[in-house]
Amino acid sequence: MTTPRPETLAKLTPVLTKRWLSPDAWQIGTYEKLDGYAALRKALKAHPDDLIQLVKDSGLRGRGGAGFPTGLKWGFIPQGDGKPHYLVVNADEGEPGTCKDLPLMTHDPHSLVEGVIIASYAIRASRAYIYIRGEAVHAARRLRNAVEEVKAKGYLGKNILGSGFDLELVVHSGAGAYICGEETALLDSLEGFRGQPRLRPPFPATHGLYASPTVVNNVGTIASVPYIVLGGADWWKSMGTEKSAGPMIYSLSGRIANPGQYECGLGITLRELIELAGGMQPGHNLKFWTPGGSSTPLLTAEHLDVPMDFEGVAAAGSILGTTATQIFSDQDCPVYATYRWLEFYHHESCGKCTPCREGNYWMVRVYRRILAGQGTHDDLDTLLDTCDNILGRSFCGLGDGATSSVTSSLKYFKQDYLDYIEGRTAPKLSDKQLVGAH
Amino acid sequence: MTTVFTDETRARAREIIARYPADRSRSALLPLLHLVQSEEGYVSPAGVAFCAEVLGLNKAQVGAVASFYTMYKRRPTGDYLVSVCTNTMCNVLGGQEVYDTLAEHLGVGHDETTEDGKITLEHAECLAACDYGPVMTVNYDFFDGVDPQGAVGLVDELRAGNRPTPSRGARLCTLKEMSVQLAGFADEREGAVADGVPGEPSLRGLRLAQQHGVAAPGFDPNTPIRSSKAGDKPAPATPPKAAPTGTTAPDVAAPDRKSPQVRTAETRQPDAKTAVPDAPGTKVPTDGAAPGPRDAQAAEAAGVAANKPASDAKPAGDDAEAQERNLSEAESTGRGSANDKGGQK
Repeated sequence: MTTPRPETLAKLTPVLTKRWLSPDAWQIGTYEKLDGYAALRKALKAHPDDLIQLVKDSGLRGRGGAGFPTGLKWGFIPQGDGKPHYLVVNADEGEPGTCKDLPLMTHDPHSLVEGVIIASYAIRASRAYIYIRGEAVHAARRLRNAVEEVKAKGYLGKNILGSGFDLELVVHSGAGAYICGEETALLDSLEGFRGQPRLRPPFPATHGLYASPTVVNNVGTIASVPYIVLGGADWWKSMGTEKSAGPMIYSLSGRIANPGQYECGLGITLRELIELAGGMQPGHNLKFWTPGGSSTPLLTAEHLDVPMDFEGVAAAGSILGTTATQIFSDQDCPVYATYRWLEFYHHESCGKCTPCREGNYWMVRVYRRILAGQGTHDDLDTLLDTCDNILGRSFCGLGDGATSSVTSSLKYFKQDYLDYIEGRTAPKLSDKQLVGAH
Repeated sequence: MTTVFTDETRARAREIIARYPADRSRSALLPLLHLVQSEEGYVSPAGVAFCAEVLGLNKAQVGAVASFYTMYKRRPTGDYLVSVCTNTMCNVLGGQEVYDTLAEHLGVGHDETTEDGKITLEHAECLAACDYGPVMTVNYDFFDGVDPQGAVGLVDELRAGNRPTPSRGARLCTLKEMSVQLAGFADEREGAVADGVPGEPSLRGLRLAQQHGVAAPGFDPNTPIRSSKAGDKPAPATPPKAAPTGTTAPDVAAPDRKSPQVRTAETRQPDAKTAVPDAPGTKVPTDGAAPGPRDAQAAEAAGVAANKPASDAKPAGDDAEAQERNLSEAESTGRGSANDKGGQK
């Protein structure tokens, strides 16, 4: 394993992850010794509008995949409308490849809770919910404990720190549905329904939870807020790039020497990230990778120097997403990888709209046929045609995301498909797995 | 029928419902389903009836929700739910072999329970721990970097009555006990919240920075928060939106050279105040005729308001007031959109 060069090491900017090194930071005593709840005291002295402006000025963009400017989202909440307002934190982490929010909530749950209180104060919400993925029990355990600690301290409840601001916070466990990471499906789920996306407009900013103005933000977004309140917008912008400001947790997995979480300024390249992760595993050469989870089009070794910020990755034809960087080598098959992702989308499609429900069902079957060595050349056209009918025509982004790996793998690795179809690659699936594929 | 549930469960149900606004008790449905699972090990017909009873819903409404979510089991489960990740990353790193080996060793398939009632096996779709792959969980607590032999040893220990320690997180409990936590109650085992240390992959970037003395830029925690009242008029934080580049006809040549996924992603999250060009009902026919779809929507809303649906009342709202509001909104936006569109031309 080689040591990264100093100029690459200098790109590490541990901010949100920093407390993870302190084993007791999940307890309020330790958290408060490490700047904890200082931002809350500072924020409660400011006018809520000034906090929204501060977040706008910081250039903070949503960490959940879409990169929407956070301050702008908060600013959409109509003020003085007489309706209750809500803050809902999307902690339903489940995008294949993504693994940054769970460690954050496990090792530093108070940073999220503190962010929730500040954000709720800014948008004048008196109730907040953290919708956490059901399976994430180890994170939920710490988060619930943090909420209880905070209540005992008087940072939640009535008249927080004498400011006159009231807030209730509930940690709500989901029950195993990837679609609930889609913000409107999450709201339906939180209201006690099947998690299916809603038609927009109206947007959650005006008709969200209980048909009231609601902000839905990702864990990383909200956990960034206390730092911005303390350090200011200019400090935040001193990291990252002009349009993609701040640090970002890059989640590296796969064929690298040291998979894990690397928090760097937005705009670092994959080449640098692999260097930080100790290089590729011996005997493995980079073949394809996802910049931000399985819903983002695959990139290849020719994209090693693409800046991984919102603009840079988009210019390369993909999406930054959640910076869930899954790295695959020449020993991994892009056709099989795509097939496995499609099984995921097929399983997780909520069934509300036909393109996603039927399209993924049939694409899975086409892939099984190809991987069993029984594919035809027409199958490739069928796949592209199906993607055309899903992308932009499905009800929400889940369907769009399903097409990403299909079209991008066909773009870069058509030969791998042809090798299965023309018999040069041994079938990876057996006939018995083909039941129903014809 | 619902008498199978203990007084303790009923008291917990009341506690769950109290977490949500009084007129929004349905929000308690997901935790309540976890709660009934904590007593029976699955969501039984009696569990569905119990949730329906305490929330004032009918059983079809509850059943529709229970059957949607993977974590609500519809058949009795074992003490330990063993989930093996077989999604792409864990799969290529060996997760599929782990699953196949376990299925053969235990003699059960996906979502099936061993005859001794100890173990339910399932393959899972991404457990959000790709940096630890391949992973499996036992009652949702993680065992990292597993291989087939290790996994077999693990389930054998479970069947022998032992409780191996997870790689991270707390010591194991049964699935029923875990379901109490999922229903939103604290883990009451002494010290369980403190169990487990961060895994190395989570700390890799941090350790590297620490080793080489690298840190993020420092900040002054007393940096003032600028007050707009001080006459310091802030500049607009975000640049004005560029004029739409697309043509009005959606299916002509691509408006730009972006990848289709990028373009679609951008249209998925327009500025919340911008009318979406192709939202249903907002297009006005070119001949200037009244917009039909809107009329149909208004009529439908009126019909719904007059005839409260007997089943899941979601589309029409939960009460007459919400229905009234829907109706008036449908009417006003119907008129509004026609006018707006006229103005845009």
